[in-house]
Amino acid sequence: MSPALPEGEVPPADGSLPAWLDDGADRSFGVYVHVPFCTVRCGYCDFNTYTASELLAEAGGRVAGHEAYAGTVLREVAQAARALDAVGRGGRPVSTVFVGGGTPTLLPAGDLVAVLDGVRSTWGLSPGAEVTTEANPDSVTPESLAELADGGFTRVSFGMQSAVPHVLATLERTHDPERVPRAVEWARDAGLAVSLDLIYGTPGESVEDWRRSLDAVVACGVDHVSAYALTVEEGTKMAAQVRRGVLPRPDPDDQAAKYELADDVLTAAGLGWYEISNWARTPDDACRHNVGYWRGDDWWGFGPGAHSHLGGAADGPRSVRWWNVKHPRAYADRLAAGATPAAGRELLGPDEVQLERVLLGVRIRDGLPLDHVDAAGRHAVAGLVADGLLDGGAAVRGTALLTRRGRLLADAVVRALTA
Amino acid sequence: MSPIPSAQLSSRIQPAATPPELLRNFCIIAHIDHGKSTLADRMLQLTGVVDARAMRAQYLDRMDIERERGITIKSQAVRMPWAVADEQGALVPYALNMIDTPGHVDFTYEVSRSLAACEGAVLLVDAAQGIEAQTLANLYLAMENDLAIVPVLNKIDLPAAQPEKYAEEIAGLVGGDPDDVLRVSGKTGEGVEVLLDKIVRTVPAPHGSADAPARAMIFDSVYDTYRGVVTYVRVVDGQLSPREKIVMMSTKAHHELLEIGVISPEAMPTKGLGIGEVGYLITGVKDVRQSKVGDTVTNQSKPASESLGGYADPKPMVFSGLYPIDGSDYPVLRDALDKLKLNDAALVYEPETSVALGFGFRVGFLGLLHLEIVRERLEREFDLDLISTAPNVVYDVTMEDRSVITVTNPSEFPGGKVGEIREPVVKATILAPSEFIGAVMELCQTRRGELGGMDYLSADRVEMRYTLPLAEIVFDFFDQLKSKTRGYASLDYEPAGDQAADLVKVDILLQGEQVDAFSAIVHKDKAYAYGVMMVGKLKELIPRQQFEVPIQAAVGSRVIARETVRAMRKDVLAKCYGGDISRKRKLLEKQKEGKKRMKTIGRVDVPQEAFIAALSTESGGKDAKEKARK
Repeated sequence: MSPALPEGEVPPADGSLPAWLDDGADRSFGVYVHVPFCTVRCGYCDFNTYTASELLAEAGGRVAGHEAYAGTVLREVAQAARALDAVGRGGRPVSTVFVGGGTPTLLPAGDLVAVLDGVRSTWGLSPGAEVTTEANPDSVTPESLAELADGGFTRVSFGMQSAVPHVLATLERTHDPERVPRAVEWARDAGLAVSLDLIYGTPGESVEDWRRSLDAVVACGVDHVSAYALTVEEGTKMAAQVRRGVLPRPDPDDQAAKYELADDVLTAAGLGWYEISNWARTPDDACRHNVGYWRGDDWWGFGPGAHSHLGGAADGPRSVRWWNVKHPRAYADRLAAGATPAAGRELLGPDEVQLERVLLGVRIRDGLPLDHVDAAGRHAVAGLVADGLLDGGAAVRGTALLTRRGRLLADAVVRALTA
Repeated sequence: MSPIPSAQLSSRIQPAATPPELLRNFCIIAHIDHGKSTLADRMLQLTGVVDARAMRAQYLDRMDIERERGITIKSQAVRMPWAVADEQGALVPYALNMIDTPGHVDFTYEVSRSLAACEGAVLLVDAAQGIEAQTLANLYLAMENDLAIVPVLNKIDLPAAQPEKYAEEIAGLVGGDPDDVLRVSGKTGEGVEVLLDKIVRTVPAPHGSADAPARAMIFDSVYDTYRGVVTYVRVVDGQLSPREKIVMMSTKAHHELLEIGVISPEAMPTKGLGIGEVGYLITGVKDVRQSKVGDTVTNQSKPASESLGGYADPKPMVFSGLYPIDGSDYPVLRDALDKLKLNDAALVYEPETSVALGFGFRVGFLGLLHLEIVRERLEREFDLDLISTAPNVVYDVTMEDRSVITVTNPSEFPGGKVGEIREPVVKATILAPSEFIGAVMELCQTRRGELGGMDYLSADRVEMRYTLPLAEIVFDFFDQLKSKTRGYASLDYEPAGDQAADLVKVDILLQGEQVDAFSAIVHKDKAYAYGVMMVGKLKELIPRQQFEVPIQAAVGSRVIARETVRAMRKDVLAKCYGGDISRKRKLLEKQKEGKKRMKTIGRVDVPQEAFIAALSTESGGKDAKEKARK
């Protein structure tokens, strides 16, 4: 999740939702829970997260720390239930839950389960609901993973990032790469589906280093892999190191080559791409929660800095998105006072909804139905096919489907389709 | 005995009633910052035209008005009374006319007309710096016109002054004894009275025929917002009087003399102007083109049959495309040029369209300095942001079928069978310390220069005369000259006809599409260097696209240089989850806005900044600016 909150309007203080929302019957409903805690902050990370020492260092002594966090989130769950009921959207069960961070597994497994219980008792979970938590390989044990599984979690996503010690060191990741296969084993033994996250293009990472990481992932035999090009975000320690010349700036050509290598290695291992940065063994192994983002479904993000999105209106494409205050203490204070934790929101009209539909829809393997693209965008399709960015066969069938080259240039494709 | 004539004496030198033998017409030839205005101010003060107390106020006023109204208020010709004792010791009154000469290299013709209005010239040289190339060129012009030269060293109060050394240099140039070179300080006034006396004694009185039909030469004309065009003339024969009808001999245009007078120091209407007198005319016309410098004014009822000669139309030598950076400023640019034209007879322009730059004008200038002055005025006075294309000269291209095409824009260069191409050449004078002779020669040789001659002005200063293609000077020459001589060299040049040359047009192609704004006409031997330089520059400036972009320099169909902007391989946000979508959408919206500021050449998106950077005529513009300053 990006650190800086977007510009937006001030949301209603009572947390009420726009009255124009329809009943949302045709959209799935996902829940995201943000856990803004880490033991250390990694140099490249710009996520909304806080270390214990950062939180303790704050004045006043009222630290909104780990202990009371689950309870705080459950207050927001109760608030959400009231707001959804008020616009007639309270009846839908939750089809996916995703707990992200930060490092969710810094919280005791019981806390994560308690939050899940709260969600379940409020809206119910759809049959076969997907319930994921992110985890650091060194913050799980066989016992904690078993406890999560017993509590209803179905899936765990480990932040592996790399199998190469010097790359992990540059990223300031503290886990021992040897621990990853063991953690994967424990998760499997607990009955959890497992995904591994990788980062490529870290300063100093050679193509061989990257191949080692990919080989290590394949050796784990997981059914889902996410691989992200390292982005040097403003305001991070790494950005400062790059600016000072301590670290070289990531080279986009190098990252492109590594993307292609990842796609080759993972495809050969039986994992197919289903989103630009995501590969799964079968369509059923895809992360359904994330697919909900790319399809423009509804989701409620709980926790500091979390974004929420609800779409659907009787009078045409509209949606509302809002985001919570960033800091855990401000978040907790708002909820304690019975106020909405939302810091800002935006109401999207047809143009914005359309633009988002294109920029998100084009990223996935299902492709973007071309009837979601206006005439000028459709006019650009032939050129994009000729340039090898869109799949010709799919275009003929009325879908914008990225080729591999197109996946690397997806933003350019979106600009052409929305010109 | 005061040298300022008494009232009684003054009655003998009234405008329209001064015998020619009591008139002295002179100008001051000086390099910028050698102290011409300070000396002129001191003369105004000593002759009582401006009193000491009013001097400062006067000076300040003038500055203010100049700021407000540009250059129009400058005293083009000031009439000053001065009395000198004759052999019997009796005071004789004289009317001295001090005529201003434009101080810069692009205005040689205007200088020549100012000189033609005088019988004498004060050669003013900074005693700490010695003579500069431009001053030397104007001195030669004065000597060719048989003007009496009064050599003067100024700023003798400066600690760094070396009057002996430079007196010798000047004596070597104008003849005579170094001791005859006057030494003055415009700042303290020292020596200025002596100088005025010497002007009276040295400069010949004008002569002309009182009974002949009136003939007066226009040596300057300026547009004044309130009065219309003010025309400065020197009467040669006959007399001009108010209310009479006059004729401009080159255009045969008739005007009524609404006002005629002298400047002393303000415009002062008179009963007319007689033989040898200098003053101004107002006819109510609004455009300086109707009062052309060099033209002859005569009387309609009793017209002269022959003009005074020497008239020439101003001829633009250097052309550049001027484009507003914001395309919607085009009408503002057009109106601004129309306004400047009122006061600048040499400014020519016509609309031009560039694929790369949109709508603009191809503008002709007398030279680089003129270009820079106009550009600066457009930007400052009319608040315009402009791109100017690299300046080029005018080529005459004779095709094999004998048709002749005048090329003022490289993109107009004909593609068919070319017989001969002629380019303008200039005579350049370069003054430099003798230790830099080698460096100057090397530079001039690489610029296709032909050495015409070389003279030592003194033991350690040398004058070198070269014939050079103007195109070579337009491109970065002055910068190079300064850097190779540690800033010591000075340059002057004047048009000297044209020559056949082995020239080619180099085109720049982006992905096979020619970019008109980057075409250049260069000597065959330099085509490669230009091509390599330009494609290299563009490679750095053009952002990577989804496809490979070849940048080629070509002469005709032959590619002489090539670079490639490699295709962008990655343009995608790796992570796009719930919290990223809003930011991502806004970024895209911003990029779409940014795309509107791009020019698309074929399929290649080129940011406006890339055009500006690639076309930046820093060298050309700086040349001219430096020149004005030095």
